[in-house]
Amino acid sequence: MPDAPGLELIAQELGDAHEGSVLGTYHEHGQACLIVDPDQILAVLAWLRDTPGQEYRFLASVHGVDYLPAEPRFGVVYELLNRDRVERVRVRAALDDPGGEELPSLASCVKVFPTADFQEREVYDFFGILFDGHPDLRRILMPEGYVGWPQRRDFPIGGEPVVFTHNERQAPGWSH
Amino acid sequence: MVPLSTGTRTPGARPTGGDVIAGTNAEVIGASPIERTAAGTAFEPEQELMTINMGPHHPATHGVLRLLVSLQGEEVLDLKPIVGYVHTGIEKSCEDQSYWKVIPFVERMDYLSYFFNMQAFCGAVETMLALEIPPRAKYLRTIHLELNRIHSHLVWLGTAALDLGAISMFWYCFRQRDNILDLFEMSAGQRMHTRYFQVGGVFEDIPAGFERKLRSFCEEMPSRVDQFEALLDRNEIFLRRTKGIGIVSRERLLELGVTGPLLRAAGEPWDLRKVHSYLAYPELDFKIPVGTVGDGYDRYRVRMQEIRESVRIIEQCIDGLPEGPWIADDRKVVLPPRHELSTSMEALIHHFKLVTEGFRVPPGEIYYPIESPRGELGAFVLADGSAKPARVHFRDPSFVNLQCLREMCVGGYVADLIQNLAMLDPILGGIDR
Amino acid sequence: MKRDKLRALSPLAEPGSLDHLRVRQLRARDLLRGDLDDGELAEHVEQSILTTTLDNVLNWARSNSMFPLTFGLACCGIEMMSMVSARYDIARFGAEAFRASPRQADFIILSGRVSIKMAPVVRRLYDQMLEPRWAIAMGACSSSGGMFANYAVVQGADKFMPIDIHIPGCPPRPEALLYGFTKLQRMIQGNPDQGWRRRYNAVGTEEWARDDVIAGQPSEASEAAYARARQSVARTAEGTGPDGAGGGEGELRGTGIS
Repeated sequence: MPDAPGLELIAQELGDAHEGSVLGTYHEHGQACLIVDPDQILAVLAWLRDTPGQEYRFLASVHGVDYLPAEPRFGVVYELLNRDRVERVRVRAALDDPGGEELPSLASCVKVFPTADFQEREVYDFFGILFDGHPDLRRILMPEGYVGWPQRRDFPIGGEPVVFTHNERQAPGWSH
Repeated sequence: MVPLSTGTRTPGARPTGGDVIAGTNAEVIGASPIERTAAGTAFEPEQELMTINMGPHHPATHGVLRLLVSLQGEEVLDLKPIVGYVHTGIEKSCEDQSYWKVIPFVERMDYLSYFFNMQAFCGAVETMLALEIPPRAKYLRTIHLELNRIHSHLVWLGTAALDLGAISMFWYCFRQRDNILDLFEMSAGQRMHTRYFQVGGVFEDIPAGFERKLRSFCEEMPSRVDQFEALLDRNEIFLRRTKGIGIVSRERLLELGVTGPLLRAAGEPWDLRKVHSYLAYPELDFKIPVGTVGDGYDRYRVRMQEIRESVRIIEQCIDGLPEGPWIADDRKVVLPPRHELSTSMEALIHHFKLVTEGFRVPPGEIYYPIESPRGELGAFVLADGSAKPARVHFRDPSFVNLQCLREMCVGGYVADLIQNLAMLDPILGGIDR
Repeated sequence: MKRDKLRALSPLAEPGSLDHLRVRQLRARDLLRGDLDDGELAEHVEQSILTTTLDNVLNWARSNSMFPLTFGLACCGIEMMSMVSARYDIARFGAEAFRASPRQADFIILSGRVSIKMAPVVRRLYDQMLEPRWAIAMGACSSSGGMFANYAVVQGADKFMPIDIHIPGCPPRPEALLYGFTKLQRMIQGNPDQGWRRRYNAVGTEEWARDDVIAGQPSEASEAAYARARQSVARTAEGTGPDGAGGGEGELRGTGIS
């Protein structure tokens, strides 16, 4: 992993290349994380992939995180890996929740990293984050007509009350 | 030219047009593609396109995978995997459990490599707590991880050979698999989903007799692998089915995020046990099998060799197993030993707090990757300072590897599709979580 | 005198007990001697020779040559596969011919968690199976949702299809699955395994047997059955152990644990 000063260097160079893209950094447990402006995510990812000296060419994972009640609420986290130096860096695109019916949106990085195809669909499926430019953005793990974004923190966990003798006749089932 | 029949049959009449029909006794009773070809009025290939649905209930999809396949005759033109049929909401359920209770949940994701799921999660939490696990625990974990790797590859081999028609391999592989499950039962009490790894080490020490049984297993296993290879390695049918089929270039695999034996078969020596070592792997001597072409045969050979290497790793681990505690000492995280509960008040209090509430993890996030039998298995854990994780996400290798199925299959036959799926080794529990 | 002894023994002899075996031995000896008269002869022949109706023969044949549907959903599917393998060998029960097509299968083993996306597929498969058909819910997840009490898992396949046998476990050992399978075989043969209810003389306390139930209140039939069950437990608890020591819980008698 790039150590803390290395991370600051990356943040600085990235900030020089793309103005205002880096909103913050943090380094803990030996892992480096850049918090970036979601509008410039494609530029950031392309910079990290292509700049000689950075060359984080492998995207290990794209996943969403709901930081409720912290603001900004959503984060789309990209785990990047440089296979030659075996260094990992995490990029978090911090998204706000527009509220109401509107869904937060982010540019899709499928052109930059083709591996993000299924993974962005999963983020859409579970958090309701739209990816502009994704070739096939539809639900992947939930049934097609499902309403709701299950892994948001305010989505109920679901399930049914446990069936005991006193409420077994009320619980729906086949045999009664 | 043979006039197409209008429905009246003339029994015994031998049609004279087209070699296909002339050599048979077939009666021309309708306008089938064969007759159309014979009659010279065949449709263009594009008009024979059909889209069929394979699964989710299908004997050859390893689990409940649904494939929408566009076929032109027998050639695959397009392929769309549809997943989610065993989506269990594990990641969401984990947000509701204390860290200790999350372990049985995440075990059941990739249900063939349950120790790996446990290691990814426990390793992540241990890193966040900055908890050092004792050396004996590292070695015990490594032994169980490698046993699980062999187990996973055996099940893969049995079911893949079954798909390709070598049905007897299924029985041989599952017989060996039962030996491994006996070992798991000895150490952890349960065959599958053992909940053996805990945050801080392993749940219990290995019992007396485990070492002897493990050594006899390690002695026997290489000869069994020889027998399996004798059955398949130079079997003409197996070679014809797997050689040169399903090749995707190494660069394309890396673009698609594919890791594990698929990537190694294509020639890339990338294994997290070597480059990003964890547990006891830095101290062990083992090789990483790497293929050349990246076809089905290479994937098979890579996995067979990995079984052998895993046996070597286990032998080294059991030879060098250090003495000492099998779980860390930190009473804020790890349950105190039972004999202390009757003498020490603090132990009782710690036990009570750990069982009822669980330990708290300081706020932070972490991504902890390990090498599972299918590739890079990464656990992302977000802690918010309470006793329950705020987000658990697993980067499952099968989920990402599934993206390369399309590239492997397009342009090949349906039979090759089955073979590619078998060699891809998807586990739907990991894909769907 | 011997015949009186027979008559005295037979009402109390439960099938499978030593008394019952002795009764049958004595009866067989009497048959050979020609000592049995009409009623007893007919009874003896009925019990010892397989004279049955066509239904019984059909059921026996059905239960011993069941075709399962290949249907592995999740982890339990792996244990189901190992039940087919050599060590646990379902072939000895005649059920090794797994059919891929539901039209040809006799019963479906729901091995694994049923997610909400999969439930209509399972229901459609079950509908495509031809009568007579049975369903085994293997494991905790298909019996009741298992450990996954969340939005994605159907809390028991009972919710959308009839299940005949539930097998607990996560995953159940292949032996447990075989035990459940043999229970299904007995069910098909018309000889359902009453299990603990027979052992403790509590037949009639089943939830489904209580037609007139008001939620939370026991019905008359179940009250009577529970009373019978309590009596039989009290009777075994009062009885003295082999060394004359009395009392203690019925199950712990003879174990040396007080």
